[in-house]
Amino acid sequence: MTDRPRHRLATRRLAEAVDERVGGARFVREALGKVFPDHFSFMLGEVALYCFVVLVVTGTFLCFFFEPSQRTVTYDGSYAPLQGQQVSAAYDSAVRLSWDVRAGLLVRQVHHWAALVFLAAIVVHLARIFFTGAFRKPRDLNWIVGVTLLVAAIGNGFAGYSLADDLLSGTGLRIMFSIVESVPFVGDTAAFWIFGGEYPADDIIGRLFVVHILVLPALIAALIGVHLALVVRQKHTQFPGPGRTEENVVGTHLWPAYAAKSISLLLAVVGVLLLLGGLVQINPIWIYGPYDPAAVTTAAQPDWYMGWLEGALRLFPAWELRAFGHTVPNQFFPAVLMPGLTFALLYAWPFLERRATGDHEVHHLLDSPRDRPVRTAIGATALTFYGVLFVAGSQDVLAVELGVSVNGLTWVLRVLVLVLPIVVGLLVHRWCRDLARGDAAEAEAEAELAIDERAPRRVSASR
Amino acid sequence: MARDPIDPVELVALGAAGVTVVGGLGAAVAFARDSSPQLQGGLLGVAFLAFALALGLWAVRAMPGGTAVEEREPLASAPADRRAAVAGFERGERVLGRRGVLISMLGLGAATIGGALLVPIRALGPNPGRKLLRTPWRRGRRLVTDDGRPIRPEDLAVDGVLTVFPEGDQSPGDAQTLLIRLPDGVDRPRAGRQGWSVQGCVAYSKVCTHAGCPVGLYEADSRRLVCPCHQSLFEVTDGARPSFGPATRSLPQLPLGLDEDGHLVARGDFSDPVGPGWWGLSS
Ligand code: HEM
Ligand code: FES
Repeated sequence: MTDRPRHRLATRRLAEAVDERVGGARFVREALGKVFPDHFSFMLGEVALYCFVVLVVTGTFLCFFFEPSQRTVTYDGSYAPLQGQQVSAAYDSAVRLSWDVRAGLLVRQVHHWAALVFLAAIVVHLARIFFTGAFRKPRDLNWIVGVTLLVAAIGNGFAGYSLADDLLSGTGLRIMFSIVESVPFVGDTAAFWIFGGEYPADDIIGRLFVVHILVLPALIAALIGVHLALVVRQKHTQFPGPGRTEENVVGTHLWPAYAAKSISLLLAVVGVLLLLGGLVQINPIWIYGPYDPAAVTTAAQPDWYMGWLEGALRLFPAWELRAFGHTVPNQFFPAVLMPGLTFALLYAWPFLERRATGDHEVHHLLDSPRDRPVRTAIGATALTFYGVLFVAGSQDVLAVELGVSVNGLTWVLRVLVLVLPIVVGLLVHRWCRDLARGDAAEAEAEAELAIDERAPRRVSASR
Repeated sequence: MARDPIDPVELVALGAAGVTVVGGLGAAVAFARDSSPQLQGGLLGVAFLAFALALGLWAVRAMPGGTAVEEREPLASAPADRRAAVAGFERGERVLGRRGVLISMLGLGAATIGGALLVPIRALGPNPGRKLLRTPWRRGRRLVTDDGRPIRPEDLAVDGVLTVFPEGDQSPGDAQTLLIRLPDGVDRPRAGRQGWSVQGCVAYSKVCTHAGCPVGLYEADSRRLVCPCHQSLFEVTDGARPSFGPATRSLPQLPLGLDEDGHLVARGDFSDPVGPGWWGLSS
């Protein structure tokens, strides 16, 4: 069987033809032999990447049918309750996509689910990088790329969510106008320019469409390219373990084992998104109805990745700055300042930590979170803070579920958002210390047992 | 040639590959027949997951990993390379440096082009001007429903509420207004706003002063307006003062009167600028 004349294979001939013109055999050999460490947490970034692939494919299909315009049309599609209503072309086409385009609803729902999972994967991936210290030099550079990807992904998610011009997304845009408007000096002008006039202006959907399908996806694709190129150049980090040092990477070759695993992951991600999109309804805009700036929505909630902002807007007390005939209005603090500080701190973290610890070394071996109690505690504090904000983003629904008053629950959450993160941080710090002490005691006991064994045992430094 | 004994794991992989074929065919039929998204997504999803399972099992079984080792090379350049790069750059710098004036002029030219290219951004939208300070409400303009019917105070039941617009301009922007009919004697008008209500009817802007959502929920027993977005509460009998939630400013009030036919009219614009705050809002 092996004596088949291999050189006659078309793929082989093609490869030879390319190599004669541009070379590259060495590059291919190195790429095929690239070593990937085996740890489940390394797949989080891949899940995000594959979600993006799904977003581009499904999004392209949506583009063939979606009409990004606020022009008024009469709906006459097959969803009876809306027939004869005056709606925007954007809403009309999104409802048609759901009811009258073959596979349209499946693709719309898969697109939306992919966006939700995309952001979840990015956030958990970021947490993995943070808690294991993978952001330290030389990967501080890639941390910056990664945080930018997070910002762009949130932005693109919001832009996409706003396109369908239904009652919920329109309400979100109304709030966004007010947030832009709140920026000192330039806010009102910026809001008028972005939306094309005083709210509700007619230009925003068409503009968000360009941002959503071109500007941000192109940026995200380019940044993903840079992100991965840096991973290839700097190679992966790895957890400490037998045979693993700062000078090597231990794991699985790209070809064929890792490639097979990773493609299997891609297929699994697509499969799960298809099941979600097929079986679990999301964003039923025909039920919400078309946007009407005077119509009310109760229990309105944005997509999950906007929940922390929604919660911040709800919890921030009735306070604003007024002086010298000017106002810095309430919504500025929770919706501009807080997220601004959040992303500034995220960008700055590797450099802040380096300054605090004085550690300027290059690191390729990962930390166990328990060995870095301060960092781990700060991370836990941050996660708790945003977690409480996220819960506060649906405090009205929660109050009904719990049978308590919205006002009472709001006060509880206002206290919790300040107190709980600190409590959790202190507890996590203690817990890390205890675990690390346990590790050290264990290592000592083992060292005594194996007193004349030369090979060094696994040691955990505690600091 | 003797065949290997059949590996049960590979058998499962083979079965999964079979499921992929069935799922794929099923999905094709579901798409062709324009079936429900549940069927389409379910079949195609199962096909993908079975494919993933087959490939994953195969990889785990037949492609051992975890032991490959790759050495890291230092990331930074060798000192000699770095020196050579710096030297190369400096050679060019010296050539350019001989024409300092030209360089400055070119820099200025680049800045002007950049500046010129920024100006078209101005096309995006109009400037706010006084638009945030005013609404279409004018003295004598009738209050109408969204389908254009004028309103008499008697049309509203006590504790009834209606969304109204200025006649001829029913676009629901900053002019949307809540008309509420209060029972006699409960309203405590602000100083200077006595006589702004007609037969118990008061009118307040429907645009939340927090972030602009329509404040559409009226709780008749407490006479409060609730904003559905971030749960601000406004006390209707006390000048629509915010009593809970993030809103800081009262809902602006519209002075009401009657025309000769007994229809409700505005007697001017709102008491204050409508909607959320911004830098230019003076208090
Ligand atoms: C970067 C990642 C992306 C995210 C996070 C994202 C997110 C979203 C979300 C949440 C929606 C609302 C869906 C709904 O109606 O329920 C949406 C709509 C839409 N997206 Fe994306 N998207 C992304 C990339 C893309 C790309 C690359 C394209 C096109 C090439 C695209 C095209 C569209 C279109 C046409 C709609 C409107 C259709 C509709 O609402 O039914 N998206 N997007
Ligand atoms: S918009 Fe009304 S409370 Fe925020």
